[in-house]
Order: sequence, then structure tokens, then C-alpha cells
Amino acid sequence: MPLQVEDPRIVEFDVRTDEMLVNMGPQHPSTHGVLRLLLRTDGEVIHEVTPHIGYLHRCAEKIGENLSPPQWVPYTDRMDYLAGMNMNLGWALAVEKLVGMQVPDKAMNVRLIIAEMNRIASHLVGMGAYGLDLGTFSPFLYAFREREIILDLFEEVCGARLTYSYITPGGVTHDLPTSIPIPPGLAGLTGRNPNMTLSWIDACRMFLDWLEPRIVEYHTLLTENQIFIKRTAALGIMSREMAIDYGCTGPVLRGSGVDHDLRRDGEPIYTRMYQGYEFDIPVAPFEDAPPEAILGDNWCRFYVRMMEVVQAIRLVRQGMDRYASAAGEARIPFKMATKLPRAEVYLETECPRGQMGFYVIGNDRAEPLRARAKSSCFCNLSVTGPLCAGCLIADIPAIVGSLDVVMGEIDR
Amino acid sequence: MTAAEIHQNLVARFGSKVTGAKLDALDPWIEIASDAIVEVSEYLKTEPSLRFDSLNNLSGVDYFEPDEKKLAKFGHEPHVEVVYHLYSYEHRHSLVVKVKLPRWKDGKAGELPELPTVSGVWSIADWHEREAFDLVGINFVGHPNLRRILCAEDWIGHPLRKDYDFPLEYHGIRGR
Repeated sequence: MPLQVEDPRIVEFDVRTDEMLVNMGPQHPSTHGVLRLLLRTDGEVIHEVTPHIGYLHRCAEKIGENLSPPQWVPYTDRMDYLAGMNMNLGWALAVEKLVGMQVPDKAMNVRLIIAEMNRIASHLVGMGAYGLDLGTFSPFLYAFREREIILDLFEEVCGARLTYSYITPGGVTHDLPTSIPIPPGLAGLTGRNPNMTLSWIDACRMFLDWLEPRIVEYHTLLTENQIFIKRTAALGIMSREMAIDYGCTGPVLRGSGVDHDLRRDGEPIYTRMYQGYEFDIPVAPFEDAPPEAILGDNWCRFYVRMMEVVQAIRLVRQGMDRYASAAGEARIPFKMATKLPRAEVYLETECPRGQMGFYVIGNDRAEPLRARAKSSCFCNLSVTGPLCAGCLIADIPAIVGSLDVVMGEIDR
Repeated sequence: MTAAEIHQNLVARFGSKVTGAKLDALDPWIEIASDAIVEVSEYLKTEPSLRFDSLNNLSGVDYFEPDEKKLAKFGHEPHVEVVYHLYSYEHRHSLVVKVKLPRWKDGKAGELPELPTVSGVWSIADWHEREAFDLVGINFVGHPNLRRILCAEDWIGHPLRKDYDFPLEYHGIRGR
């Protein structure tokens, strides 16, 4: 006689399939580089996710112990290669804190403009790639169109498009150029004469004037898109306690409702740069969130990034207004063979993906005894296991994508 | 709370387990005996006036100078340090805690020094300790999953040790 059950759904739950081990990556388009996830699944339901990292490991910290701080700057570019300027800045400030150096106002002003521009570029990629993870292609193309102009502007400043090595201990390598050819993308989008020349500041201002109204379009494309909301809202929910316990920082932390941003709450040597500037720190929950969204879910993390782009634009504008009146030089000399004092410092800065920390120990030599780079993505990724348990395979790209990790920084 | 106050607080509570401090440094640090690190960490995290709920960074440092010519100016006894950078979101203060370990357990080269894990206190310590084990070579006793994290699983040696020998080849790939 068949077993009688009152609730017909119980039969369905009793049907057990074998657990499967599914390998995802390291060459998987939605893992943002070379991340390998080992999934233990029961059908479609994930029981356990084990991230395997290290495919890009080159032991940059060991290299750092054999180079003087200015020589290690190019290696920091290659950590978070989408925000090379912010990586340079973190390292430069840590070294300046160690040797007790204060850069002039001009250098700080240029650093702020450049770092915030890189934040915009980085979040644009984060936004575009996240759309790509979820199956929509067009935001990615728009994001890269915009980013292209920022890269052109950076190229005029330092000659490189991705690995800048522009912000070094002592300031920045060059002042902003006074006359540059208009970036071709910008000329095309704004309908200017492609042969015109203008100052870097004017080109940047022209770009921001063009970019700012476009953000509304991204919101229509992604943020308010019903399919996007269905794929992100109420998924991958990270509580405030969990975010802090797993050392999550940056937009991931603020998406979980912790009001913390080092640009406001950091150490004086870093917050000095932002003194007198007006900017808001977007923190979840948001009033304009769709009703489906829950504090700490994918949607909140994504929206924090989008809002940060607006704030970064505000900061760059204010920075450019103060550029002309900023006192001092864009750099003060920092000799390649400067001996680092017998001391140790740890400094974190607010990078687009979180708080990047550098720990330097000097020992009366030009090369540090230890150059440690604490990666924000490393900590943000460590939460994947508990965050993905119990979700569906199709949600893995949505959750991992919302953490917005860059493997170059994790593997160092 | 300043580092000096925290130091007083810890000395009053743990006595001789607090083995040193440098409170006038750029980032003031407090040194703790290796066998007390878990109880001190738990205290630092749960004590309402301290509430160090975030472990920002955990790094291993190898103090050693393999070159005899440079040894005279090195100025440190050979040892390994584990450095914890803590932060409190509630009180917005930070602290550096250090633990000094011998370079090798019982002086036998190749035997990793042991330190109790704090992964039960801060979950992020799990990955940080795996990295410190992998690169610096510290055996975190009681760690739930102490495997290499950045280097390959069959890698030999701990690259951030100052006397690390670079391999000549790895699976047919030439090194050096």
C-alpha cells in the first residue's frame, strides 16, 4: 500500500537526486577572469560553493620586497587593473605616511580628479559587465563607449590606457596637460570638430557634461528594468553582521547598510584630500528602491555603485573648479633610493571595489622589509561560499557579479 | 579609545600575556603571547567599549636576513610575526596586534611555527590565515581548512620567507 501523505508537496521534497560536483571556470565568461568555483549541487540547488583562486598569482609582495617604492608602483597597477589610479594612490599614500611626507595642494587636487575619474570608469565596467552576466548586452556597449573617453583622457595625462603608474610617492608624474587633441570618441558624441585642441580640464568637463544626463538612461536600461530586478532583488542577501564578519568593504559593505566610507572616515593623510568637498555617501536602503529589493541584496550593491558614479562626477567637478587655485607643484621629488625609516604603517584607501590596504615595513633601506597588499576583492570574494548556499545555479553569476571582483587584485 | 588606554585595559586583564607594546609608533601596536591570541581576540571583539568587529588585515612577516654582509645592519632578531589590523565600525578606532613566533618550530628548519587560529572570531581570518600559511609558512592550529590558497596545491616552500629558494622548474616549466 502506498504511503499516505497529507501534504502532496512532501512527496516532491522526498525525491532526492544524487549530489553533483559542477566545475565553473576558471575560463567561464561570467566569473570575471580566472575564478574557479566548485559547486556541490543537488539538481539545480547549490549546497556548497568553494572558490579556487590563485590563477593569476605572481607574488607581487615578494617582488615588492626587492624594489624601492617608486619601482613597485607599476606592479600596483596590475592589481585592480580596472582602477589602476586608485591602486597607485593607496601605495603612494602608504609610503608617504611611512616617510612623513606631505604632498602639495596641487598634487592632492590632481590626485582627487584622477582617482575619482578612475572610479567612474571602474564602476562603468562593473555595471556593464554585470549586465552581461545577467544576459543583457547593450549596457556593456554603452559603458565601454563612455569608458573609452576616460581612457583617452588618461592617455593624454600619462601615456597609458590601463597601467598608468601616474600617482607615485611625492605626487603625480606630470601635471594635467594644457593642450590636448579632443578624444575622438568625445568629438563624435558631442559633434565637435575632431581636429580641435583644448585643455585637459575643458575636455574632462565636456565629457562630464555629456555623461551626467546619460546616467538616467542606464537606470532605464538596467536599474529599473523588470527582468534585471527579478534577477537581482532579494537574492544574495548579506546581512550587516555578515558583511563585517567577512571583512567586506566598499559598495558591498554599504549595500548591506553600513555607513562607512574611508573618504570621510579614513585616516587624516587620506581624508585631507577630500576636505572641503561636498559629496554624499550612498548607503542602502534606498528610498527609490523597487519594492522587491531587500537590504543587502544584489540590487542594493549594484545601486550603490551607480549612485557612486554620480557622487564621483560631483567630486571631479569640484576638483576641477579648484584646480587653478591649488597651490604648489604637482610633484615633489621622491628619490628612487630614499631610505625607508625603521617603522611600519598600514593604510587603507577607498578604492572602487572596497578598501585596499597597504602594509609597509621599512628597515633603513630603499626596499621595504615587507610590502603587503591587502586586497578588498579577496575579502569580498571570501563571502561567496555562505552567500550562495541554497540558491540556484543560474543565480551564481548574479551573486558573484554583484560582488564585482577583479581577479588581478585577488591573486596579486 | 586610544592605544594606550587599550593597552592598560589589556594588561589589567591579561597580565603577562601582553608581552610588549609600542604606543608612540605611527600605528601603535600591542604584542600578545601566542598562546593567548584567541582569548584576547575574543575579548577585543566582544568587550562593549572596544568592539573590534572587523579584522581588516592579517599579515605574516618574516624577519630574517639571509645575506651575511647585510646582517650587521639588519637590526632584528630572526623571527616571524603575525600582525592583525583591527577596526571597530562602532567606535571607529583601530588597533594593531602582533604575535611573535620563532621562525621554525623547535628550531628545526622546515617545521612550521604554530599559532592558534582566530577564524572562529572573525570569519575573514579563514582566508587570510590560509594566505599567511601559503606564503609565509605559519601553521594555524585548529584552522578548519588550512590549504594553500594562492600557490598551487603541490607547491613546495613558502615564497615570502626571506631564505626561500626559487624553484628551478615546476612541472616542466623553467623557473629563474
